Amino acid sequence: MARTSTRLRHATITLLAWSIALWMFFPILWMFLTGFKSEPDAISTPPHFFFNPTLSSYQDVFARENYWHFAANSVVISLMATVVALLVSIPAAYAMAFLPGPRTRMTLLWMLSTRMLPSVGVLVPIYLLARATGLLDSRTGLVVIYMLTNLPITVWMLYTFFREVPVPILEAGRMDGATRWQEVTQVLLPLALPGIASTGLLSLILCWNETFWSLNLTSSVAAPLTTFIASFSSPEGLFFAKLSAASTLAVAPIMVFGWASQKQLVRGLTFGAVK
Amino acid sequence: MDKVAGHPPVMASPAGSAARSRGLQGFVLQSPAIMLLLAWSVVPLLMTLWYSVRNYNLVDPTQQGFAGISNYWYLLTDPDFMTSLENTAILVGGVLAISVGLGTLLAVLYNEEFAGRGIARILVISPFFIMPTVAALLWKNLMLHPIYGVYSAMMRAVGLTPVDWLSRYPLATLVMIVAWEWLPFAVLILLTAIQSLDTEQKEAARMDGAGMVAQFINITLPHLSRAITVVIMIETIFLLTIFAEISVTTAGGPGVASTNLAFLIYSRALLQFDVGGASAGGVVAIVVANIVAAFLLRAVARNLET
Amino acid sequence: MATVELRNLRKTYLHEEIIKGVSLAIAEREFVVFVGPSGCGKSTLLRMIAGLEDISAGDLLIDGQRVNDTEPARRGLAMVFQSYALYPHMNVYRNMEFSLRLAGMPEAERRQRIGDVARILQLEPYLDHRPGQLSGGQRQRVAIGRAIVRNPRVFLFDEPLSNLDAALRGQMRVELASLHRRLGATTIYVTHDQVEAMTMADRIVVLNKGVVEQIGTPLELYHRPGNLFVARFMGSPPMNLLPATISAPAPEGSVQVRTGTFSVSIPTQQAGLEAGAPATLGVRPEHIRIDPQGAVHGMVEVSERLGAITLLHVRLPDGQMIVVQTGGDNIDCADTPISMTFEEEHCHLFDAGGMALARSTEHPLLAGA
Repeated sequence: MARTSTRLRHATITLLAWSIALWMFFPILWMFLTGFKSEPDAISTPPHFFFNPTLSSYQDVFARENYWHFAANSVVISLMATVVALLVSIPAAYAMAFLPGPRTRMTLLWMLSTRMLPSVGVLVPIYLLARATGLLDSRTGLVVIYMLTNLPITVWMLYTFFREVPVPILEAGRMDGATRWQEVTQVLLPLALPGIASTGLLSLILCWNETFWSLNLTSSVAAPLTTFIASFSSPEGLFFAKLSAASTLAVAPIMVFGWASQKQLVRGLTFGAVK
Repeated sequence: MDKVAGHPPVMASPAGSAARSRGLQGFVLQSPAIMLLLAWSVVPLLMTLWYSVRNYNLVDPTQQGFAGISNYWYLLTDPDFMTSLENTAILVGGVLAISVGLGTLLAVLYNEEFAGRGIARILVISPFFIMPTVAALLWKNLMLHPIYGVYSAMMRAVGLTPVDWLSRYPLATLVMIVAWEWLPFAVLILLTAIQSLDTEQKEAARMDGAGMVAQFINITLPHLSRAITVVIMIETIFLLTIFAEISVTTAGGPGVASTNLAFLIYSRALLQFDVGGASAGGVVAIVVANIVAAFLLRAVARNLET
Repeated sequence: MATVELRNLRKTYLHEEIIKGVSLAIAEREFVVFVGPSGCGKSTLLRMIAGLEDISAGDLLIDGQRVNDTEPARRGLAMVFQSYALYPHMNVYRNMEFSLRLAGMPEAERRQRIGDVARILQLEPYLDHRPGQLSGGQRQRVAIGRAIVRNPRVFLFDEPLSNLDAALRGQMRVELASLHRRLGATTIYVTHDQVEAMTMADRIVVLNKGVVEQIGTPLELYHRPGNLFVARFMGSPPMNLLPATISAPAPEGSVQVRTGTFSVSIPTQQAGLEAGAPATLGVRPEHIRIDPQGAVHGMVEVSERLGAITLLHVRLPDGQMIVVQTGGDNIDCADTPISMTFEEEHCHLFDAGGMALARSTEHPLLAGA
């Protein structure tokens, strides 16, 4: 009796969990499949699950836009912004975690509050500033802005990771004669490496997918994949296969990367909420 | 005495400084981040404030000079503005409700043992990695297109008439699309939090006669409260400024039915070239964000305590 | 080896004084234990000596030199932390090598020194293991090895055994004591465990709320506690303490003391005792004899048979509980009425302020101390 009910419960859970998982993933799967369809196949009703796969949409996409140019921009901008953000936030997070002053908490909260400023509220001045400094449609401009928008989050995450490092280990380092620099580079950073990695991962994903600034501040030279995909939204939105191929190309790198680093990423995303 | 004791003592090199002034060091280490963020948050804000009291239209250079509060007056008396505020609230509230509510249930579900759990988890969280424009295009065209969309085909298959979701129910559809993007984030965090739940606590509750539901309400939910706070905080930051999804799917329409504050300002600034009006909107958006932030940060501050 | 001197050391933290003026001179090769309940300031005091906490006032001297403002590493100390604080990303060898490397010691010398220490601590098979792969006892040894390898002038230990299980703790206690004998290093050791304090220390410093309650050898503290706090803290099971009244100063250096149901006469040289003054009578469990003719009567409530000894928890007629230590062959069980005698020459008497009254007899082990 009890055996059957546990088995029933188990079957229900399996069924439910897999149904939801497939439903959540279905749009992505469908996008991936549609990219390999011919245009007529892509808009056939009812939709086809089985079809003759073709690479023609991908060929069209590559013929129309220089995908590698956009992809390279995405990679370079995301990486640079992440590296700079880490370089600026590591010392700040270290000071907040290990040399806290009476105002440290306020500083942290204030930093977070700057992340809540709606970008659109300052779009005009940033646009004008970028134009005045020649940073419009430049990689540097986006790197600076992405770094700044991510800074509160990277400082916050690193702070929570650093606080998990047992203080006695750093004190042992000091007793062993480490200078502040040696304490950080030889004791703290190796210990907090997983945390730093997941902070960097999140920053990379956020930069890769950032749409507002990239659409408004770049046009061609520095345009990343978010701009690339926007150019397929209209008026050719109805070319489903081409749109799907382009979308797949835009999200594939970061998604594969995200899958691979999922475990690492999860640790960092909790922002210290999970003990 | 032992051999070790015969060695001379090891001391640090005399180069080490005397007593460290911790406060100064802390300040120096933090200052790059603080200065950058200060500049980033103050300079554009002051510029926005300045433009918001000016007459400044990019296509009409004849209008110049001080505008007083007319930009604000124009904005605040504009019925579109109130609509956009409402829409912003519905978007943020709706997505939060779905992602936290459903996210908690899914976190409990995916914490159970079942075949292929690892893969199912990865499938569920995948939408988090999709960029907003792609998510919007995907749903608008491949899924919800009234003729070619998969959902429309499914409706026809069961004898229903397909609906043009984005023009009939623009805001609700947007909430659904954005919730699809953010639900995975909630599941990720809440799942991690559930895994850290002490099984002894649950076992004790079971010994006390608590059923599944009672366990969930009395043990799991309180344990998740901190993680839920974090989910709400992070998601709100991003949801307040939703832009790409609207721009791609409905362009704020029909009319202003799906225009949120961010999109309203954007259309003022870049579609009507009204820098003064857009800046006034920007100031209002910043005020709104600060009101929300004040509430959120109080909750987060409590998280910092422990 | 070195001397350490504390001159009226004080520590103020957020307007609250947590170390309220501690003075102490530690001789070369001495093993001094700071003991006290949690929150008494013993760890803070140790960290002030280590240089991990600033000194708010007073002077700290090592080998006669003031080191208040000297960097921790330049004070010539080594510390073993409660959590061991091993570097988890380095193997055992690297953990021990870290300080030597920072000090710029040549590779060959480092290797030799670590080899010597590893041999003493039986760590040779584990040199390439990470701390995470070691058992609690092995980690403890690595932490000690990391301290020894620097050959410091003074060893500091912050509750090093509190994370070990009881059996290992007993074993490490002996190992540490013998290590101290071999190296002959000045050692300051913090613990809340009075057994560790009693067994290892040359001298014990009992701290309470940032103040030194008493300093002395283990047996001094045990047999001649200066006040009620020390009397309660040292000894397990603890001293029986009964509220009492001085009934009459008797002649020839003794005083008659009355508790609820009986009287004892205690030898004391204290002058100026007044009849009727409140006091506390203290007697250790092993100084109560079961004696059918005894003047103290009670009822056994619980009998704890530990094998070698038996502890009887006895309720006196006025409701007070006392513990009596008897031989392991005692057969009294619960609800048995018994009579006892307090060994008057071993009784302690504390005045209303909790201070011990001067004695007229001396414990034989302390005679001549």
